[in-house]
Amino acid sequence: MYQYDLIDREFLADRSAEFRGQVARRLSGELTEDQFKPLRLMNGLYLQLHAYMLRIAIPYGSLNPSQLRRLAEIARDYDKGYGHFTTRQNIQFNWIKLKDAPDILDKLAEVDLHAIQTSGNCIRNTTSDPYAGATAEEVDDPRVWCEVIRQWSTLHPEFSFLPRKFKIAITASAKDRTAAKVHDIGLLLRQGRDGRLGFEVIVGGGQGRTPYVGPTIKEFLPTDRLLSYLEAVLRVYNRHGRRDNIYKARIKILVAALGAEEFARQVEEEWAKIDPARADLPASELARIRAAFAKTPFETLPARSETFEVAKAGDAAFARFVRNNVRDHKKPGYAIVEISLKAQAQTPGDASADQLEVVADLAERYGLNDLRVTHAQNLVLPHVKLDDLPTVFAALQAANLATPNIDLVSDIIACPGLDYCALANARAIPIAQDIARQFADLDRAERVGELKIKISGCINACGHHHVAHIGILGVDKKGEEFYQLSLGGSGAEDASIGKILGPALPADRVATAVDQLVGAYLGIRADGERFLDTYRRVGLEPFKEAVYAQAD
Amino acid sequence: MPRLIELADGEARWAEDGFVHLADEDPIPETGDVILSLARFEAEGDALLSSNARRVGVRIESHEEVEVLAYDLPRIALVALAFPKFRDGRAYTSARLLRERFGYPGQIRAVGDVLQEQAGFMVRCGFDAFEPADGASPEAWTKAARRFRHVYQRAADDRPAAFEERAS
Repeated sequence: MYQYDLIDREFLADRSAEFRGQVARRLSGELTEDQFKPLRLMNGLYLQLHAYMLRIAIPYGSLNPSQLRRLAEIARDYDKGYGHFTTRQNIQFNWIKLKDAPDILDKLAEVDLHAIQTSGNCIRNTTSDPYAGATAEEVDDPRVWCEVIRQWSTLHPEFSFLPRKFKIAITASAKDRTAAKVHDIGLLLRQGRDGRLGFEVIVGGGQGRTPYVGPTIKEFLPTDRLLSYLEAVLRVYNRHGRRDNIYKARIKILVAALGAEEFARQVEEEWAKIDPARADLPASELARIRAAFAKTPFETLPARSETFEVAKAGDAAFARFVRNNVRDHKKPGYAIVEISLKAQAQTPGDASADQLEVVADLAERYGLNDLRVTHAQNLVLPHVKLDDLPTVFAALQAANLATPNIDLVSDIIACPGLDYCALANARAIPIAQDIARQFADLDRAERVGELKIKISGCINACGHHHVAHIGILGVDKKGEEFYQLSLGGSGAEDASIGKILGPALPADRVATAVDQLVGAYLGIRADGERFLDTYRRVGLEPFKEAVYAQAD
Repeated sequence: MPRLIELADGEARWAEDGFVHLADEDPIPETGDVILSLARFEAEGDALLSSNARRVGVRIESHEEVEVLAYDLPRIALVALAFPKFRDGRAYTSARLLRERFGYPGQIRAVGDVLQEQAGFMVRCGFDAFEPADGASPEAWTKAARRFRHVYQRAADDRPAAFEERAS
């Protein structure tokens, strides 16, 4: 992974010192909460329902074992012994005391971590494919470009007070694991006919109150022109994005109001005026960043591992884990291992300090010191030898981390909801737990196949319900928590926004309703169809009937 | 009345403000340097600049585009860029365009909701004069502007970006 140098480290030290001063001014009363709020938000510190929440950036979801151990230590020493991974591949701690925040930031900086730009109307953590550098599908390593953007966007002097927050995702595989099309900017790396690399640039996707699948405004942006083009997009947005209404301030509203073509024209016009020699990175710096990622010390191994084959044949639980949580690696003899944070009765995305340490150990001993966080709130060991898989599986099992449910019905994305969040209308976590319980039978879950359920506790859609195969939105009905179901969304390469199924349901009806939807799907699916495919073929009606017919 | 901080050679100092901010309904004083709104500058700027030896500055609101000043810049003594709220970041773009695209050498002054926490961003975008709204002293301003030993991108100041430091 990318190695920080003295410049990066001094930068983090300066940032920590700045925040320590600001906290001291707050605690002494020199700053009021109103004056302090924007400062703490710039350091990822939110005031939630019960306590301060600290959101720590995990650039493009990539961690090393010592960083994960440090996060475990913070969970244990400053929180209640666990952390929560988010859909931006970040981690947040929900029980932080203000006086501890500067010490925590210092401890993070010691392992090259920070909370810069995890909040505020700035360019947030760029997300990427958790399989980057491990999957044979990719045309390039997207982390190189994420790191380019990380540096460029860090305390950007012009773009730190945008109309609203700004999120970028980069993927280099045809299969999109980043939800790129529902980002402010989605960058899809493509290989041109002449072999050159470029980005398809999608701008103005988003979720929240007004979900959009973003339009493509440039088919092929040569990679070496990335930063000047981003500067043009951000400048047009900074100048023309709405600032009069927080709900209409995201770039998607500007793009929709102007039309994609006119927006693209304005960007091109601005781009033409920018001097590439000043705005784009020199080739030497690109090469330096790229070299930092090329150093994964893979061994040359046979494609087939006897140890692995024997274990798979002899242990049904291991075989099930392999079917659902293990993916092909680009190097012979290696595999990508997904670690589900969606065990029964668990809060989706939560991990205890002990669990984080187990994963850190495994990454160190069997995973080439590399770890990833997925936007679906799971963890990944991207480089594990097939030979080591049985050992890794056993260790995960012992830590309750071997739930074999990746992309299955119980692999649910959920926001923190009313259990933590000051904005929420309804709880999300108990609904996720109800559904997981309903589908505890793993054989049945595997028969159902890929089914992405996502739950948001309010219209801000942090739980990505708009792009779920089955989306669940918490609403407040006269003080009671109700849930509106939607079908047919997708955040992947076939992105679409879900359609509302019918009237909202009370909390105790949701898991049953999901069961009824699944029942309807199993009854009408054609060979090889996922839930989403069947829905797209037959539409809402049969599903509506399954959920609402009996209720009448 | 906000006092004026000017930045020269990386050092912020109190400065005598020779300019008077004129509201659109204020009469033009007999003599003295003035800062006008864009609309008033467009209407009366020519007459003011040609009739006597006073200096004229223009105040640009955050929704106004500095490009309209392009041809007048050589005779404008200062451009005041307004921050109606500190969260309104449009003036950062305006300042960079003035410096980097139009090569404007005159004073760029931050007015409105101008807070010391923004000092670093403002200086990097080319602002060199400030009317702080939070009572910040020049010392606090200098400190805030110099807080980071490194920067990651090129902007309107002459600081080398991290990649340039690495290459040198």
